[in-house]
Amino acid sequence: MARHDDHSGAAGHASAVRAALPVTVKLPAVLCDLFPGSRREVSMVVATVAEMIDELDRLWPGMGDRIRDTRPAIRKHMNVFVDGSRASLKTPLAPGDEVYVLTAISGG
Amino acid sequence: MSSVSYRGGGSGWSFVGEETVPLAKRILILIGTKKGLFVAESDGDRKAFRLRGPYCNTWPIHHAILDPSSGAIHAAGGNEWFGPAVWTSHDLGATWTHSSEGLAYAEGEEPVSAVWSLAPGSDGALYAGVQPAGLFRSTDGARTWTHVRGLRDHPTRPDWNPGGAGLILHSLVPHPTDPNRLWVGISSAGVFGTDDGGQTWEPRNKGTRADFFPEDQRYPELGQCVHCMVLAPGTDQLLYQQNHCGMYRSEDGGRSWTSMENGLPSSFGFPAAVHPRDPRTVYLVPLNGDSAGRFMPDAKTAVWRTRDGGTSWQAMREGLPQENAYFGVLRQAMAVDAMEPAGVYFGTGSGEVYASADEGDSWTQIVAHLPTISSVETHVLDA
Repeated sequence: MARHDDHSGAAGHASAVRAALPVTVKLPAVLCDLFPGSRREVSMVVATVAEMIDELDRLWPGMGDRIRDTRPAIRKHMNVFVDGSRASLKTPLAPGDEVYVLTAISGG
Repeated sequence: MSSVSYRGGGSGWSFVGEETVPLAKRILILIGTKKGLFVAESDGDRKAFRLRGPYCNTWPIHHAILDPSSGAIHAAGGNEWFGPAVWTSHDLGATWTHSSEGLAYAEGEEPVSAVWSLAPGSDGALYAGVQPAGLFRSTDGARTWTHVRGLRDHPTRPDWNPGGAGLILHSLVPHPTDPNRLWVGISSAGVFGTDDGGQTWEPRNKGTRADFFPEDQRYPELGQCVHCMVLAPGTDQLLYQQNHCGMYRSEDGGRSWTSMENGLPSSFGFPAAVHPRDPRTVYLVPLNGDSAGRFMPDAKTAVWRTRDGGTSWQAMREGLPQENAYFGVLRQAMAVDAMEPAGVYFGTGSGEVYASADEGDSWTQIVAHLPTISSVETHVLDA
């Protein structure tokens, strides 16, 4: 994913800007309902989906268990999409990525 | 009423000045369903129940109890999206927290998917039975859990086979005074007991049948499909068991079992409950076998009661539907209360709760139109 600023004229400055760009994480309402005070959209600086879940758990203790099981893996009926592609715990996150945590269709 | 009575006892009377007056009670019925926990509440007369809920964000709740030592309600469940959790309320349902911290097997193992049963131990700990079958213990009121590893370390575990609903530890029976003694029932591995606080376990299935095994292997050491096991209140090793294949009594803590299905309409059912003060009075809900819908026999509802420890049985039908009763009652969906006379309650797969305030002689529908009911428990509070 290219996020170069070709007009900056200063490679060091561009790199610093990229590093500071956080990942944007969007959470489903049914998950946020379990954690009073949590937000549907949160920004964080993390490098993988696993780190993202760790950070969510730090922000709202217990949220990690709701997304990730103890194998460990993303829960069977949860989905994490990174820029439109389904992700695993190891999926890397680049600065500026948008991550959607979604509940799968299930129930009865 | 001439005698001085007491607060908090089963008689329901309190001494005030020179008069003895009825002590007000509240009866809570905790109803675990496929879509949340509900609470039905009545005054001590048990004539009118008010329903509240659903709680626990409409998660499937397999079992809920009120821990008498803390006054907290704990509700055990598992959500398809979010996995297992125990929900806790310290204000009788007004507000809730939830936790699954520590409800974990080792990395790489099949994760815990749901919590199926809860029971307070005599030492103040709380126990949880989970799917896939295992036992956890909490000493901080269900905030964190520790795996009781000895059970899953049992050398027979590779031979444990899941029942129709999965490999579930559903029956959880702590000894009333000795924290080292505990019984569990696992579908369909059978009954296990420990005398050393869960470090080591032994199968306790002698005398119970496994009709689904070849004819010459129907009394194995383990593999029986226990459906529900309960301890008679006031005793320390009188157990009753509803099995997939028969009803049983054990007077030696599960080391041997005696059939007590004679006189019942079938050998199949799910729940069992024992009178709060009479250990020989037992309630069962036999169904029409395991392969014909698992309905009420002849579509007529009955709770079957014995007053003699299973030697003879009577069908209790007054007030219960006697036609077109095509429902079942699940393994944890029957309970008694501690009132005098004892109340008996059961919840159906079709969402009704029936109650008897006279030890089973007559029944009233107190709740209808709920989701499928998984569990019913009661608690008596001073009003």
